[in-house]
Amino acid sequence: MKDKSAKKPDKKKTKTIKVDYLARVEGEGAFNIKIKGGEVIDAKLKIFEPPRFFEAFLVGRRFDEAPDITSRICGICPIAYQMSSIQAMEAAFDVKVHPQIRALRRLFYLGEWIQSHALHVFMLHAPDFLGYEDAFQMAKDHGDLVKMALDLKKMGNDIVILIGGREIHPLSACVGGFYKVPTKRGLESLVERLKWGIEASVKTVQFVGGLTFPELAADYEFVSLRHDDEYPICEGRLVSNKGLDIAISDYDDYFEEEHVKHSTSLHAHIRARGSYFVGPLARFNLNFDRLTPLAQEQAKSVGFEPGCVNSFKSIIARAVELVYACEEALRIIQQYEMPPNAKVEVKPNGMTGYGCTEAPRGILYHRYVVDGHGIIRSATIVPPTSQNQKTIENDLFNFAQNNIEMPEDELTWRCEQVVRNYDPCISCSCHFLKLNIERIE
Amino acid sequence: MAARKKPKLAVWKFASCDGCQLSLLDCEDELLEVAGVIEIANFPEASRAVKRGPYDISLVEGSITTPHDAMRIQKVRRMSKLLITIGACATGGGIQALRNFKDIKDFVSIVYARPDYIETLTKSTPIDDHVFVDCELRGCPINKYQLLEVISALLNDRKPNIPKYSVCMECKQKGNVCVMVSKGIPCLGPVTQVGCDALCPSYQRGCFGCFGPMETPNTISMSERFGELGIKADDIIRTYRTYNSYSESFRRESEAYER
Repeated sequence: MKDKSAKKPDKKKTKTIKVDYLARVEGEGAFNIKIKGGEVIDAKLKIFEPPRFFEAFLVGRRFDEAPDITSRICGICPIAYQMSSIQAMEAAFDVKVHPQIRALRRLFYLGEWIQSHALHVFMLHAPDFLGYEDAFQMAKDHGDLVKMALDLKKMGNDIVILIGGREIHPLSACVGGFYKVPTKRGLESLVERLKWGIEASVKTVQFVGGLTFPELAADYEFVSLRHDDEYPICEGRLVSNKGLDIAISDYDDYFEEEHVKHSTSLHAHIRARGSYFVGPLARFNLNFDRLTPLAQEQAKSVGFEPGCVNSFKSIIARAVELVYACEEALRIIQQYEMPPNAKVEVKPNGMTGYGCTEAPRGILYHRYVVDGHGIIRSATIVPPTSQNQKTIENDLFNFAQNNIEMPEDELTWRCEQVVRNYDPCISCSCHFLKLNIERIE
Repeated sequence: MAARKKPKLAVWKFASCDGCQLSLLDCEDELLEVAGVIEIANFPEASRAVKRGPYDISLVEGSITTPHDAMRIQKVRRMSKLLITIGACATGGGIQALRNFKDIKDFVSIVYARPDYIETLTKSTPIDDHVFVDCELRGCPINKYQLLEVISALLNDRKPNIPKYSVCMECKQKGNVCVMVSKGIPCLGPVTQVGCDALCPSYQRGCFGCFGPMETPNTISMSERFGELGIKADDIIRTYRTYNSYSESFRRESEAYER
């Protein structure tokens, strides 16, 4: 993945560290760090994933098509897209769903968290810490661990398949509920595996807790959802460690996106404050008290406490969330009763709906304006990776500055790891972009 | 393919959601075995290690939407003994081919804050519009068992068994009650290629055509039936214009209702 030219510094003693095609991330990205006379002068995360215009072609589609269409933004977190769009539509039309439908959605989403976290922790991130180029190499020395990771990932996928039909772009969720809901008995087939999953996740925490973490710290603003009594997934208020506490519908008043030249993905920031940090580490720091006792105890047992500002340790946050997700999935299944109706009727109106849910890699915001005939008139989607982009660049800058003496090859690899700390999903982040409502008629 | 040497596999991404290449990693039970019989030589989503081409098998995900990608696919073809397209973006242009029905110039200038930063082609096109394709796997997403079937067929020098008949066949075999006949739910099953195991009708909804048109689809009669069910022209257009909107027969049928 390295560019040969990085080896020879040019005449002005400007040295560039670049990676032209980032591996082990979802989508196409690169980075460029410029160093001049021992000082880092610039760090850019470049996203060259071709724009796919989702927000543009959603205009003119029916409201009930949004969950299926937006799930195609990302093959790794399709449920996040389905849930954020469904939440936005239901908020607009004032739809109330049965508590068991709500629980089933949470379970569905937990399945995605489990598969996505298991994939990232073991297949995409852990190889960096252990010095392997990929999980296939890692499997030669750590066969049992990779096998366990694949089983854990498969278990997450099987939750998704059981509820949604298939693991990628599942098809059962809709505005108003589900097309079809599973039986109690169907879900119970997962009970024993989830019990195993809790044990496997505990092992995962112990394993990642024992890794060696490079030093990195910054004064981040962590942003996540926060719910009255649950660890946040589908609902809640948007909060931060710097005093933000707003309703989802106020998102646009506090956050804005900027189009920068080196990226086909927009950079999001908090108005008048700047960059922020979303994802598992933000959720963990802001919602530690909402985790199960076992998840809390596991985190503490490896010295991982809320207030952590080392983004390399996001791998522990993911592992702790795996423990939580398995326990919570088990609880939902044990309390599940098949709801009387799979879905409720939905009547579109000319309203604006806002949705925000916690994708595995951070908050995913959707806003739709739908007319009285149920046709989408405008759509805005802000995925987690565009929100983290500026923070990733800042981390690259700081990390390179602090480790400027590190040999080139090692520094390059470590910088890749810095990017992977955020589990960036580049396919998500460059579906692009803001639409001017007034001009689309 | 050499009998003793492990064949080299490369995975390439163009405009797409990453879901189809993720299908390879989703073969949890088979992945390490696959990695044992083929050399995963270039798969950036999973590995930072890259072996140089040429490659025995290239899996290509995504559609061509930028001038740069139109050149890159030529390079990929030159480096690949066999080129297999995976998924609706690569085989039909994907959901992003919805741009093909609009005037992209207006589109871009209305939508983008800084259109000058963006380089994009007017159309999103499938891979076989640009290079010769040896084998295609349909689906949004693909069926991972079809992917394993293709890999194993190639390893064993046989033709992959990928059926091209309609979703209705699988649906009947599953014993589903027809959602269109019994409930009047519009369903693209009769004109869509199999591969998904008739998932949507099994979940009480109509097929929306993830696998694209079957071999000889009778879309005219399909649309007439939709009309009889009371589906308006706008909705008929939308039905054909999702993940395989630019595939020949779906495109022609949707355009017929635009006039």
